[in-house]
Amino acid sequence: MTDTTIHAGAAAAEGLDRDSRLALYRLVAEIRTFEKRAYDLFLQSLVKGTSHLSLGQEAIAAGVALAMRPDDYTFCTYRGHAHTLARGAPMAAVMAELLGREGGLLAGKGGSMHLTSVEHGVMGSYAIVGAHLPIAAGAAWSAQVRGTGQVAVCFFGDGTTNIGAFHEALNLAAVWKLPVVFVCENNLYMEYTPIGAVTAVPNPAADRASAYGLEPIVVDGNDPEAVWAVARAAIARAREGGGPSLIEAKTYRHGGHSRADPGKYRPDEEVREWMTRDPLTTYRARLAAEGVEESTLSGIDADALAKVDLATAQAKDSPPPPVALVERDVWSDGSATWRN
Amino acid sequence: MAQLSYREAVAAGIAQEMERDPTVYLIGEDVGAAGGVFKATVGLLERFGPDRVRDTPISEQAIIGAAMGAAMTGLRPIAEIMFSDFLATCWDLVANQVAKTRYMTGGQVSIPLVIRTANGGGVRFGAQHSQSLENWAMAVPGLKVVAPSTPADVVGLLAAAVRDPDPVVFYEHKSLYAAKEEVPDGEHVDALGTARVLRQGDDLTIAALAAMVPRALDAADRLAAHGVFAEVIDVRSLIPLDTRTILGSVRKTGRLFTVEENPRVLGWGAEVASLAAEECFDSLDGPIVRITTPHVPLPAADALEDAAVPSVERIVETVVAGMG
Ligand SMILES: Cc1ncc(C[n+]2csc(CCOP(=O)(O)OP(=O)(O)O)c2C)c(N)n1
Ligand SMILES: [Mg+2]
Repeated sequence: MTDTTIHAGAAAAEGLDRDSRLALYRLVAEIRTFEKRAYDLFLQSLVKGTSHLSLGQEAIAAGVALAMRPDDYTFCTYRGHAHTLARGAPMAAVMAELLGREGGLLAGKGGSMHLTSVEHGVMGSYAIVGAHLPIAAGAAWSAQVRGTGQVAVCFFGDGTTNIGAFHEALNLAAVWKLPVVFVCENNLYMEYTPIGAVTAVPNPAADRASAYGLEPIVVDGNDPEAVWAVARAAIARAREGGGPSLIEAKTYRHGGHSRADPGKYRPDEEVREWMTRDPLTTYRARLAAEGVEESTLSGIDADALAKVDLATAQAKDSPPPPVALVERDVWSDGSATWRN
Repeated sequence: MAQLSYREAVAAGIAQEMERDPTVYLIGEDVGAAGGVFKATVGLLERFGPDRVRDTPISEQAIIGAAMGAAMTGLRPIAEIMFSDFLATCWDLVANQVAKTRYMTGGQVSIPLVIRTANGGGVRFGAQHSQSLENWAMAVPGLKVVAPSTPADVVGLLAAAVRDPDPVVFYEHKSLYAAKEEVPDGEHVDALGTARVLRQGDDLTIAALAAMVPRALDAADRLAAHGVFAEVIDVRSLIPLDTRTILGSVRKTGRLFTVEENPRVLGWGAEVASLAAEECFDSLDGPIVRITTPHVPLPAADALEDAAVPSVERIVETVVAGMG
């Protein structure tokens, strides 16, 4: 981590009140519990295909979501359960989507990698690396010309900073002064390759910021309050017409890249060291140290578990989608008709 | 009635829609101050201002991505990709994102977006600035595909594309930009998914697209002198495809010839031919014949390019040989 990394403390000083801090902890706990359950269900072959968990990275989705207005937009990647849940999408529908059920958020049409809930401002999860950065810029452009004051937030990984769409989107956003906040979740790996081995600069996002006239911002991505503080500042700036920001949040995934990847390519010591910075346990300990009663925290933990249990049960109860859906919704009239 | 060139018709169609609907925006490289490299957007910046007619950097992914994000959130953008060949640099955005997002999200997202692009050969630009790439878009579920052959169709189909709630790839033909015709005054809106019978005939059906349409009409004139009467259909819209009109004609004439500028393999005519074989087999009096560019990249020299792309002579000869 560089010297310029922003840690918490600043955040508390800026006045995140007790309720908001508990809301933040609740989000982190819910995402953690959900992702662990998703992993279990994957091992039971109930979650098919692939899935990419945010275990260890929860603080970023939670901290940013808390700083957003309900009508703001988020765009995220295939690693997007956390960001979708953090905006308030119904957990049972998210779970049902992973299980390929009719009650899924997308009625089973998209799966784990494409979670979307327009109602909650979740404008999609994109599975081709980099694609959604220009799309997020476009939503920001639309907000700008419609004069709605909405901001688009776009999450992506460290590996994404090496694809052309990243650079095209950053440049366009800067030139058009778009209300968009780009959040790079630097978990040190692009799939199985350490990001440092394939990137010309040490901070893959922040060190590129100056190329687009932007401030380099590095934040401790495992500290939900620090993330909230930088996100709040960047979102406020975007809303006021100050243009885009690029935030690099340093973090680490607890598991592998996807599915059953054991992540063996990562040195034991690195994993051990990052596990001591677990965003859930460290935030919980901080709240306790700062006077939040253990009963309150364990109450939140229990609520999260109950919520995930209920979502799991509801998802399992949902039937498979009707096969008629195969030929639905290619076009706006609901059909798949391509000829007369 | 005003005489409009095909390129003026592009600007007229866009202006008609921008005037009508304040959510229509135009973006692309050099579309504003320069009026487009093909001068197809001349006057729009002056008329609608820099907010609604925006020059972009050379960032095809950003152009399509920004247009998509805006289309998802309340605008109706028209995005220009200068040459259709450049679609290759943003094909992820077009084929994976624009085309699939409605379906993947269970219908949550609408993408009312028009991607305009200059397509086709005849201008000696060589293999990377001359391709006929309608079949790229045609092969992707979720994209509508239009390729007009006349100025009036440009205005009408462009208006239909802008008003359509789904993404439309609008292929303008480079070699037709200078073509002129009378275009009716007043608002003009056509229908996607409609082919047009341009000439009646009983002996055979010629289905053609874009720059091959005037050649097919010329060929039909010459064939008539041989006593062979061709029905000429301008296919106009590949997705949706007006099979009723095309196959209806085949059922009447008993023969189908397609004239395609694209290289042979899997050109749009292959789909039309397979539909005719499947659904009009009993009406056919002879083989379906596809007249295409050979399966090669397009060469630059005029003698070579002219030899590659179907010419009036080749159409006439192929039909005469095929009918004989
Ligand atoms: C264009 C493209 N190339 C490759 C892939 C395969 N792939 C999926 S995720 C991934 C790693 C991305 O790394 P990063 O951006 O750091 O995100 P993370 O998975 O670490 O969150 C790769 C290479 C892809 N989906 N899209
Ligand atoms: Mg990564």
